[in-house]
Amino acid sequence: MNQLIIILLGAVLVNNVVLTQFLGICPFLGVSKKLDSAVGMSLAVTFVLILASAVTFPIYHGLLESNGFGYMQTVVFILVIAALVQLVEIILKRYVPSLHKSLGIYLPLITTNCAVLGVTIQNIDNSYTFVESLFYAFGIGMGFLLAMVLFSGVRQRIDSAPIPKFFKGMPSVLIAASLVSLSFMGFSGVVEGIFG
Amino acid sequence: MAEKLNLKYLTAGLIKENPVLVLLLGTCPTLAVTTMAQNGIGMGIAATLVLLGSNVVISLLSRVIPDKVRIPCYIVVIAGFVTIVQLLVKAYTPDLDKALGIYLPLIVVNCIILGRAEMFASKNSVGNSALDAIGMGIGFTIALLVIGSIREILGAGTWFGLRLLPEAMTISVFSLPPGGFMTFGFVVAICNWISGGKILQRKSKCAGCAGCAEGAECAEGGKAE
Repeated sequence: MNQLIIILLGAVLVNNVVLTQFLGICPFLGVSKKLDSAVGMSLAVTFVLILASAVTFPIYHGLLESNGFGYMQTVVFILVIAALVQLVEIILKRYVPSLHKSLGIYLPLITTNCAVLGVTIQNIDNSYTFVESLFYAFGIGMGFLLAMVLFSGVRQRIDSAPIPKFFKGMPSVLIAASLVSLSFMGFSGVVEGIFG
Repeated sequence: MAEKLNLKYLTAGLIKENPVLVLLLGTCPTLAVTTMAQNGIGMGIAATLVLLGSNVVISLLSRVIPDKVRIPCYIVVIAGFVTIVQLLVKAYTPDLDKALGIYLPLIVVNCIILGRAEMFASKNSVGNSALDAIGMGIGFTIALLVIGSIREILGAGTWFGLRLLPEAMTISVFSLPPGGFMTFGFVVAICNWISGGKILQRKSKCAGCAGCAEGAECAEGGKAE
């Protein structure tokens, strides 16, 4: 149980997906302008992350590794993720149209979100068990949500701040991200210190 | 081949349309692997090889691939080349493989490569697509080298392992994630200043890439209107 808590909190705070692992920077910079779209995108990413982890784990251990096709990991995983995202979109559209309306526009973008492919590969690299990888995926999703929500607040302040002309747009956003990332450095070692 | 080779496609990616510094694509590897100049170059070369392979193959197949399923087809082609490069790097430069880690397979989802396939290779001849890939790849490598050099010199006091600053003068935060965001921000701002604000104007136009930051905003804006 302790191990699971360490994985979960570690993924949310210490190894935050955006701010320390640099995965999913594109949506982090692109969709964090408004709070509601930031939350929508994060929830969609979390959902796909957990699903993708649950599906790729048996595929890798049951099909690829045991047959000596481990090197096909990248190709198979990206195909599985692309198919999964498409499937989720179709199912949501048919059965939960209200959810599709709020999350639907983010789903096509998730295929090319490096966080999803990154986490499924990390699950294998870190040799997590099935339950551990689900916890890790959930933690990464929550960490993404936390970073997006915090950063959307920061961005609204930047928009109204007087910034030198050449720092307007992306440069100022990147430097703000640097400061948010610096604050997350304070969490390093905390989780292991409490639960380890 | 109906079209003539055009050298302007080669030079466009170097500075004027530099994929990282001007088009702001492929930000994930730019931030993640640039703790050292050497890793930056390694990543740049790996991505260039993938880009070259995928651009040529996609340009060859552009008449065969049905329009509706083109993105999955592109992804499969790109993933194939990434696997080849991954195996090559693992076999010949195991140190680089360790340094790049998870970011090597993540070249698959690098927006630069999918973006060039969608915007250039599917519409242009094989030769021009190859030139475009080489230009964009070198532009990507230059950007990684610049950011990697700044971070390595300030963060560790070395450049390609050569000691330039005494250890007491280093600012270790530049080797850590916050330094990556900050260096990238300043480099883009300097590019803005040099080009006289061209990047700012370009931002209003959509780059048309499926997965980039701009693309996300575009999709959102388009649906909202």
